[in-house]
Amino acid sequence: MTDVDVLSLTGAAIDVGGRRLWTDVDLTVRSGEFVAVLGPNGVGKSTLVKAILGLLPLATGQATVLGQRPGQANERIGYLPQRRSFDPSLRVRGIDVVRLGLSGDRWGITVPLRSSARSRRRVSEDRLTEVIELVGAAPYAQRPIGQLSGGEQQRLLIAQALVRRPALLLLDEPLDSLDLPNQGSVAALISRICRDEGVSVMMVAHDVNPILSYLDRVVYIAQGGVASGTPTEVITGDTLTRLYGTPIEVLTTSDGRMVVVGQPEAPAHHSDRHGGH
Amino acid sequence: MLVAGAASPSLTGNLVEDVRQLFVYPFMVNAFRAGTIVAVLAGVIGWFMVLRKQSFAGHTLAVVGFPGAAGATLLGIGALYGYFTFCVAAAVGIALLPSARGRGFSEENAITGTIGAFFLACGFLFISLYKGFLDGVNSLLFGSFLGITNQQVVVLAVVAAVGLGAMALMGRPLLFASIDADVAQARSVPVRALGVAFLILLGLAAAEASQITGSLLVFALLVMPPATAQRLTTRPASSLALTVGIGLLVTWLGLAAAYYSPYPIGFWVTTFAFAAYLLSHLAGAGLVRRRAPVVAPSVGRADVPSRVDR
Repeated sequence: MTDVDVLSLTGAAIDVGGRRLWTDVDLTVRSGEFVAVLGPNGVGKSTLVKAILGLLPLATGQATVLGQRPGQANERIGYLPQRRSFDPSLRVRGIDVVRLGLSGDRWGITVPLRSSARSRRRVSEDRLTEVIELVGAAPYAQRPIGQLSGGEQQRLLIAQALVRRPALLLLDEPLDSLDLPNQGSVAALISRICRDEGVSVMMVAHDVNPILSYLDRVVYIAQGGVASGTPTEVITGDTLTRLYGTPIEVLTTSDGRMVVVGQPEAPAHHSDRHGGH
Repeated sequence: MLVAGAASPSLTGNLVEDVRQLFVYPFMVNAFRAGTIVAVLAGVIGWFMVLRKQSFAGHTLAVVGFPGAAGATLLGIGALYGYFTFCVAAAVGIALLPSARGRGFSEENAITGTIGAFFLACGFLFISLYKGFLDGVNSLLFGSFLGITNQQVVVLAVVAAVGLGAMALMGRPLLFASIDADVAQARSVPVRALGVAFLILLGLAAAEASQITGSLLVFALLVMPPATAQRLTTRPASSLALTVGIGLLVTWLGLAAAYYSPYPIGFWVTTFAFAAYLLSHLAGAGLVRRRAPVVAPSVGRADVPSRVDR
């Protein structure tokens, strides 16, 4: 892990619809780090992701993303928006959705007549196979994506975000609408990708428990303000109680894991039964 | 359906002779040329329309073409130009409508339906103004293959070439924007502009299809072939190719059937396309049943013997 900043925000604030969502956000993601942006729904976490992608302008403050202004380096960012699952009637295979991550922004059609074009195509097909195996989606990548479960779709979308070997993964609520076992396994997958592939990960979440043990750094955004630091610094009963304005306890389990209790959203709320939104 | 007074063609039972007879009259040659051009364009555009769930927009554009065609006939210029003018103008209009998500047309846009109904009524007015034209109403609404001039075939071909060229250029980003708009936008794909461009192309395709199937039956070429193909395969390239193939087949069969029978072209093309759709459902159900054991997870080992029995 080197000390290169992949992403940094200083004194950032953003306005949406004339309302200041959050202010004075300082955030740093270093190379190879797994950072979580936490906070209750509606606090502007997705807006933060859009600002990092340059889709929304900052009202104040500075942002540097992969050494450039937001929006200039999106080629090297793998982005997973907050989901919505795919329409069950969508008759497009999972592998085709992953392929869009590789070549979906290319104009025109390529006819692989020359041998160089053919070998390029082989390289991209190899990369597709590789990234689909990395996320464990090989058994169902050939099936229409609309017919897959939420967890299967999410793995394919992570593959889509990874396929161009990005330096930074921006994941917006990737565990939302997954059942508990899938939340655990997708969180473990993301952590493994972060360590093994050397990709920096910034994940937005409103429930910290499934990812808590993997995190290098957390940023908490709440109506009361922003707190950032390592999990042990930030995830304390006092800090969270102050941010949320409601009593929150942090417990340590017998195997040394921290569990946050008393958050506005309990984990059981996010089962597949509520996956329709 | 055929020209009154002309000797009605009849099937000889000899396939070669029957096919040769189809091309004896220049009007039939032009009908086949026009039908072929229209089927290809409508197939390609229709495939994306079905994927993007914009069938309602496609239908509205075609309906708006009807007063255009009626008005053009009233003014003494060809119906085709009326279809083009009104369909494209309506496409621009729909594209300019404010939409909730800021990305072009959305299905639930009640304004679209309201405007469509009003334009249909206008078309009816134009027809009643033009006395003696009432026979033409049927062909404007339900299609005709008679009296397509050489010049019209050229116009159809040029418009189709422009439309297909545009689709070749923007096909892949459009697919990305249709399936995954948020990620596409983050990757600098101009999602909104592609939506507008596609609506205009949809207007062109609806206008061309109206020439063969009439305003009300455009779905025979715009929806049915892609819906059939998407049932049969999930690979984008094969699905697109199959769509065009089905469109060509039902158009050619429809023209031949209309030539040899007293019944109109719109009925035949729609019926053949519907038959293809029904067949694809049967075939699709068969495929699922045959493939089910392969897809089933390996935990279901207990039922292996029963599969071997089959």
